[in-house]
Amino acid sequence: MSDPSLTPAPAVIQVEHLSRTFGAFRAVDDVTFDVRRGEVFGFLGSNGAGKSTTIRMLCGLLAPTSGRASVDGLDVGTDPEGVKRRIGYMSQRFSLYELLTVEQNIDFYAGLYGLTGERYQRRRKFALDIGGLAGRERELARNLSGGWKQRLALGCALLHEPPILFLDEPTGGVDPVSRREFWRLIDDLSRAGTTVLVTTHYLDEAERCDRVAIMHFGKLAALGTIAELKSVFADRPIMEVRGPDPVGLMAWLDQSPLVEKTSLFGTAVHAVLKSAATSVDHLTRALTGAGRAVDSLVPVVPSLEDVFLDVVDRLGRAGGEA
Amino acid sequence: MRGVMAVAIKELRQIRRDRRSLLILLFIPVFFLFLYGYALNFDIRHVTMAIEDRDHTAESRALVAAFVQSAYFDRVATVDNDEQVDALMNRGETRALLVIPEGFTRRIFRGEPVDVQVVLNGDNANTATTVLGYVNGVLTEASVKLGGPVRASSVGVTPRVWYNPELRSALFLVPGLIAYIATISAVVSTSLSIVREKENGTIEQIRMAPISTLSYILGKTIPYLILAEISAFLIVLAAMAMFGLPMRGDWGTLFLVLTAFLVGGLGTGLLVSTISDTQQTALQTSMLLAFLPVFMLSGFIFPIASMPVFLQRVTTVVPAKYFLIALRGVVLKGLGLQDVLMPLLALTIFAVAVVGLSALRLARR
Repeated sequence: MSDPSLTPAPAVIQVEHLSRTFGAFRAVDDVTFDVRRGEVFGFLGSNGAGKSTTIRMLCGLLAPTSGRASVDGLDVGTDPEGVKRRIGYMSQRFSLYELLTVEQNIDFYAGLYGLTGERYQRRRKFALDIGGLAGRERELARNLSGGWKQRLALGCALLHEPPILFLDEPTGGVDPVSRREFWRLIDDLSRAGTTVLVTTHYLDEAERCDRVAIMHFGKLAALGTIAELKSVFADRPIMEVRGPDPVGLMAWLDQSPLVEKTSLFGTAVHAVLKSAATSVDHLTRALTGAGRAVDSLVPVVPSLEDVFLDVVDRLGRAGGEA
Repeated sequence: MRGVMAVAIKELRQIRRDRRSLLILLFIPVFFLFLYGYALNFDIRHVTMAIEDRDHTAESRALVAAFVQSAYFDRVATVDNDEQVDALMNRGETRALLVIPEGFTRRIFRGEPVDVQVVLNGDNANTATTVLGYVNGVLTEASVKLGGPVRASSVGVTPRVWYNPELRSALFLVPGLIAYIATISAVVSTSLSIVREKENGTIEQIRMAPISTLSYILGKTIPYLILAEISAFLIVLAAMAMFGLPMRGDWGTLFLVLTAFLVGGLGTGLLVSTISDTQQTALQTSMLLAFLPVFMLSGFIFPIASMPVFLQRVTTVVPAKYFLIALRGVVLKGLGLQDVLMPLLALTIFAVAVVGLSALRLARR
């Protein structure tokens, strides 16, 4: 985690007006941001939002249609091979060879990056340690369960000690305990100076990032620390309303002049108020005055999910007008 | 180079673990040879034959005996007139009729050429052609025996069949089978191995690594080239043992011809893998791209010379055609390297073109 009290770390990834189209489809549309050294940078968005396409361009795998991006000072459009030497990459598919043993998988990736001699021995041990697989070198990769596979894949992606690590939905299909352990590893890496760029659609994972970029329909919809993102609700308090008829409550709240919009969170309704001046009492009176039964009505701290829905909602409306 | 080694070693380890693929690569081909070699047999024995002997001499009976003893023909009837023959032919009781004319012996002793009449059921042109070949073979032999002092050409025509004097179809078919089987192992195994990496997502991991497309292709194909090479030589050896295939040329030339053809096949497999996303599509595309031309357009079964002109033109770009020309040349005729340079060049051009094309497609980003 970066410490804001120190001078800001230099940017290791710089992205300027990056776009990529496939035919008429704009997968990534004019995206600009940078990532600082040692930062854990999260990419949040639904499927097809452009996260993976962005990562593939930053890895030198896909040429940008327009705009530019540099990774560790190298331009991804003109020097993709140089970029590849400086990055590690791991996807949700873990990319292991099922028919090879643990150590044969490590061997193979070490061979691709040309690791030999003492360095190979050292990194091989590192990969086994990070995977917790010492003593299981001769097991077939296909016999490992999700969490083990994931950590072995991470170890393989880090064999050549890349300063920048790309993780594309790295925790798909992995149990919660393994997920937590995995994120502990990510924090360790970040503390040791590795820059981590991670895509996810788990909001709890995004909360663990230093900064989060929210992508929607190829566009960068919002970017900032979690606190910064949540500040969009500074003058628009969110009320959590519970009652016997949540759907009816939601319908009433939607047409109330006090309420900007609502969304359903489990059996509770989250109502975003138009003004910070509206108090809990005020809204409660309005509800009971209209004959609506309410069990509880409390202000809540906005979650990242509120932020995400808000961003998507606003962008959707903007897109609808265009 | 290090990338090539890493990929090749990984590939070999995978193949070794994948017993089924290994079996398909190495032993199924020989099994196929056995199966097809016996099933695809155009040889015809025991052709039913009616005899019309108008000469009734010892010599004419000797000629009849020559046909019957050849084991190619079975005498099913003796007839005196054409109506009887028509009836036999129509009922399918005989496929051939031999008519020995009056004065047969007299003309032989005078040293004059004699024509015997042979009538064949032509409803299957291939069979009829083959039977005609037997007829001519028997007549040639008989004319030597009968003639004594008379010229050997005294009876009928004398075709001379080179390289395969017994017209055994196995000798003709085995080179085609080698082409077919080599195509299976080269095209299918290469395309499947790459498409499998696509399906598992491992290919993406490799593309994220700093190794060139060429290194990847080489590392991926070299193990399959070695295996296909071994497999092809096993087929040749098995054909020699099972079908008496002669190996009249030298093994070095055979190796060169085989390698050029296999590299083209591996390249085709690469190309198939660039246009297929699932193993199933890869298999079907391989069928269409590799099997059909080998079977239909290479001269394996259907002679190119008897195809319509348009199809003959098409065969110009079928590598198996050149492979068969060269392979039959080396194995059956004992041709040396200088005699098969043209087909070898054609195979090399195809191999370079198809590998280059698939490298370009794989490198695209």
